[in-house]
Amino acid sequence: MGEFLAQAWTVARKDLVLEFRTRTALVSAIVFTALVLTVFNFGRDPTAVPTIDLAPTILWVTFTFAAMLTLNRAFQLELENQALEGLLVSPLSRTSLYWGKLIANLVFVAVVEGVGLPLFVLFFDVPVGRVLVPLIGVIALATLGFVAVGTLFSALVIRTRFAELLLVVILLPFLVPPLIGAVQVTARLLGGRPLSESVGYLKLLAAYDIVFISLASFLFRFTVDE
Amino acid sequence: MSLTQKGRWITLVALVSLAAVYVRALAFTPLERLQGPAQKIFYLHVPAAIWTEAAMILVGLAGIFYLFLKDSRLDRFAAASAEVGAVFATIVLTTGPIWGKPIWGTWWTWDARLTSTLLLFFLYVGYLLVRGAVRDPDLRARYAAVLGICGMCLVPFIHMSVYLFRTLHPQPIILKPSAPSLPSSMLVTWLFSLATFTLLYVGFVTQRYALSLQPDAHGEGSPGHV
Repeated sequence: MGEFLAQAWTVARKDLVLEFRTRTALVSAIVFTALVLTVFNFGRDPTAVPTIDLAPTILWVTFTFAAMLTLNRAFQLELENQALEGLLVSPLSRTSLYWGKLIANLVFVAVVEGVGLPLFVLFFDVPVGRVLVPLIGVIALATLGFVAVGTLFSALVIRTRFAELLLVVILLPFLVPPLIGAVQVTARLLGGRPLSESVGYLKLLAAYDIVFISLASFLFRFTVDE
Repeated sequence: MSLTQKGRWITLVALVSLAAVYVRALAFTPLERLQGPAQKIFYLHVPAAIWTEAAMILVGLAGIFYLFLKDSRLDRFAAASAEVGAVFATIVLTTGPIWGKPIWGTWWTWDARLTSTLLLFFLYVGYLLVRGAVRDPDLRARYAAVLGICGMCLVPFIHMSVYLFRTLHPQPIILKPSAPSLPSSMLVTWLFSLATFTLLYVGFVTQRYALSLQPDAHGEGSPGHV
């Protein structure tokens, strides 16, 4: 177990060091998030629909798009100079390679969301002060599910034609169940409803995370081997 | 008799039987009191819906066995089943609105069943697109198996997430824990139709499977090239 985590962390650290040194992808993803939030502001009629009704939609559509766009990066990176082959011949287990990529993607998406959430609060004047902790909890649960499936699928499409487009097409149907759960819980939280009303959806999110992280950990080896 | 011919014969029998289902449904089955003739579409819609889901589960199961046994026949079957499943999903999504317009007053609503069938349809399309995007048969089979298994596991989540919504869709009247709540003449017609659709599925899959055995322009089998 210790060995496994050490291997996963090595892969994650490699990706994160690479990312934080160049910062191109990270800055682009953050700017993209800010732009989507800006576009949403013009895509609604503030006199017709109160912002609070649209807020969960805005937040989650933005986060879904941002997560999907950043997921391509994880394996695109490894295509240059056959770096993926290098990783595969190294004495890494396939599962720890997956977990390394998963951790790096999670940190990456968390940073983007960490900037996106305050921007969302600022742009749409949403009162999140009272529900900040449960809201972050829901974001973490849903993001974990998004990224677990997304990391597996980004490895799957990387050697295909039109990888970026294909990833989005196969990933979106998988993001709908956690998206539904996250939007419903967020709406209840922002509407001042007690957390106990959201238990069904929270269970769904947790079950989704557990099932798809286990499944992806197992299936990942079949996507990378030559 | 070659496999293609067998498939053609099964399909032919199924099509004749489908015509017989409609003769029986229109002429020898009583009219539903509230819905009138619109209810007749039920004999087409429900069996197609059952096979849409069953086909996805078979794609997933074939995927699991493929990853262990590496038998290309399983992959050919999965490809055939996915294509037929996509066709059946299209039937469900076409017949549903035709019934919905006179009964609900709208072609489409974001109801639980409609949403879950639509997502299943997108899942099939994504699966077939991935198959089309990979040239190498082994790689294609492996990717398709991974995606098929994930798709199979997604089906219960789609159900759970959309069923937490309220639904307008008629509740199950046959496949439910208590006895079917419809007159026996309707039940017989429906069972006849279910048998017909089962035959139709087998016929289509057999033909599609036989087609995948034909060598393609490169002189190799092309399992599921779209």
